[in-house]
Amino acid sequence: MSSATIAPAASVAAATETPAKRPYLGAHALCDALIREGVDVIFGYPGGAVIPLYDVLPSYEPQLRHILVRHEQWAGHAAEGYARATGKVGVCLATSGPGATNFVTAIADAMLDSTPLVAITGQVGLPMIGKDAFQEVDIIGVTLPITKHSFQIERVEDVPRVVAEAFHLARSGRPGPVLIDLPKTTIIAPTTPSKGHTVEMPGYRPTMNGNGGQIKAAAKLIARAQKPVVMAGHGISISGAGAELRALAEKADLPVAFTLHGLGTLPDSHPNAIGFMGMHGHAHVNRAIDECDLLITVGARFDDRATGRVDMFAPNATVIHIDIDPAEIGKNIRVDVPVVGDAKRVLARLVEEVKPADRAEWRGRIESWRIAPPTPNFSADEPGISPFKVIAALRAATSGEAIFTSDVGQHQMWAAQWGSYEAPNRWISSGGAGTMGFGLPAAMGAQVGCPDTEVWAICGDGGVQMSSAELSTIATERIPVKLAIFNNGFLGMVRQWQQLFHGGNYAHTPIGAPDFVKLADAYGIPGLRAERPEEVWAVINQARAIDGPVVVEFRINPEENVYPMVAPGAANSQMIEADPAAAE
Amino acid sequence: MTAVTNAPGGTSERTLSVLVDDQPGVLNRVSSLLRRRRFNVDSLNVGASEQPGMSRMTIALRGDPAETEQAVKQLYKLLEVRKVVDLSNERLISRELALIKVSATDETRAQIREIAELFNARIADVAPRSLVVEAVGSVARVDSLLDMLRPYGIKEIARTGRVAVARGVGGEG
Ligand SMILES: Cc1ncc(C[n+]2csc(CCOP(=O)(O)OP(=O)(O)O)c2C)c(N)n1
Ligand SMILES: [Mg+2]
Repeated sequence: MSSATIAPAASVAAATETPAKRPYLGAHALCDALIREGVDVIFGYPGGAVIPLYDVLPSYEPQLRHILVRHEQWAGHAAEGYARATGKVGVCLATSGPGATNFVTAIADAMLDSTPLVAITGQVGLPMIGKDAFQEVDIIGVTLPITKHSFQIERVEDVPRVVAEAFHLARSGRPGPVLIDLPKTTIIAPTTPSKGHTVEMPGYRPTMNGNGGQIKAAAKLIARAQKPVVMAGHGISISGAGAELRALAEKADLPVAFTLHGLGTLPDSHPNAIGFMGMHGHAHVNRAIDECDLLITVGARFDDRATGRVDMFAPNATVIHIDIDPAEIGKNIRVDVPVVGDAKRVLARLVEEVKPADRAEWRGRIESWRIAPPTPNFSADEPGISPFKVIAALRAATSGEAIFTSDVGQHQMWAAQWGSYEAPNRWISSGGAGTMGFGLPAAMGAQVGCPDTEVWAICGDGGVQMSSAELSTIATERIPVKLAIFNNGFLGMVRQWQQLFHGGNYAHTPIGAPDFVKLADAYGIPGLRAERPEEVWAVINQARAIDGPVVVEFRINPEENVYPMVAPGAANSQMIEADPAAAE
Repeated sequence: MTAVTNAPGGTSERTLSVLVDDQPGVLNRVSSLLRRRRFNVDSLNVGASEQPGMSRMTIALRGDPAETEQAVKQLYKLLEVRKVVDLSNERLISRELALIKVSATDETRAQIREIAELFNARIADVAPRSLVVEAVGSVARVDSLLDMLRPYGIKEIARTGRVAVARGVGGEG
């Protein structure tokens, strides 16, 4: 049988030669191109198609660190966490077939949350493609609708160009995931080192500067508005427009509401910051939007979890929509003044155009609706541990300096409501996809990207069991993540919907769990537990004193609900503000 | 606030002319996008364009102007898509080609020929028990031809879907 495989003789020879004499291969070209893009870490997992790439990876350490995860999906989310915390492109690497398909959820997650990600997958050799070869999956086809773009590199000389283009695409315009599929034949093909590649993509030119006339029109609307509200989204942190947002809010005295990913784009303590909007947003914020006569949406896409029933969202408002993606304009709602451009540049010009204003009265009105936030004070008299107080305590303990990542569920919404974020990129959560299991690997990636920042993963007992295998990575690589598990014994968010909308039929939502302290111990990580309110502070302080990873379990009230809540299909103005049962 | 919703079944006919890089996978990307966003496509046609290295797609779809605008914007997000022209409001020439294999006997052959002539269609093939009619025209015209031929027994139809260009304007070379 004559098949196209690597001649074993060549690899044996390579192993005995001095490193300097080893041939320069596609694998080297890839690593060098990654380094040119400023990559310092890859989250990955090896396998057949990429063994020759793993063969060269160690020679690039420590400049290019490889972190071996325990499952490719978590490599993807770790790369996302890294990207969201640092603003750089996250990189993950997997083998072909099952390795590649394990990336799918993370790629979809990055697509929905506009996270810059380059996912590299091995592929069977070119002559084998289309033959249903061992571990052959058409990953380009599988990920077509969930990538910003994708490449399969057939010719080794294209490696430098494709890597340069992939990174440019991932990080520029509206960021997103880019997939590079690397056939084994490309990885092992000899080539010559490249000096780099300038990116020329005539089919890709994001609009950066907003139209001047539109910006003037927006400024006019702001001057005329009696009750304007800014809806601040992810685009602000992506473009680094925090300072511009602040200048705009201060000059025109605008109240600023935040989408899930907009949290922290203006410090929560700023007098113009009103808070979190949407399905579990603060009542006063949703009410302000309900009453506003002008909505200035920046870098947000009117997601249904943010708007509730769209035709009843901001019913009295004229809408200005600033976004870098022209396809977002008019996708979900009709816009009066669209501005396509980069949030930072558009806001900078809008700040120049707007007239100074004093809207103390309008802001005062909104503030008068605000309810007192939970205090981080616990007493032995309380029946159990209140989860939002734990969030308040974590927030107080870390003085707002820490990065909080979250998993998906009730704990996520409590962390969004009460985390009081003071800066962008300190709140990293899976928004668009709502991917359970995200919290722990995202924290791992954020911690690797920001080694000097305290990083807490806020997880539920359900979601953490999806990705807890990464405790092994965290232990091996000594990544000092602090994992807080909010254990309510339930898939809490689903249980809440069952309670409110399905007559309390808790079908398959009570969930068992291991002893998390013992689990941590099995990984060689210290584990702590608070079962009573009066123990909360002690374990938080103990956890923070530990120099390294730690697992902290909070046994929270099992049937605590997240309020306010907008029922699915309802308008944001029709919030359920408190526990209907408790109110009786 | 006015919601913009996908209303499948919007009946107004739209035609997009899309210039794309002639690269592997382009058709896949375009069709995947149209499916995923539930655009209501009648036909999609690809062929060489006047520019080397680029193909032209003609996408015939149904929808209201807002949906069509979304389709245009979404198409522009694909790297390989260089230019999208919404021909819906232009004066345009649109044609499709149809090859229709019709059962024919000694009695009916002449009648079928006559119908074909009325539609300026050609007879592309003659066999003892069938004829192949080759018709070029607007989609509506091809539809009427088919209606006329149906009683004779249609064995096979291959239609290209419409291709379109805007009419020339005065002074254009
Ligand atoms: C991968 C995945 N599967 C299912 C869901 C649906 N889901 C959303 S929240 C939730 C419950 C989460 O439970 P837990 O992690 O314990 O968090 P809690 O809501 O109790 O705080 C589920 C099952 C999801 N978001 N992601
Ligand atoms: Mg739970």
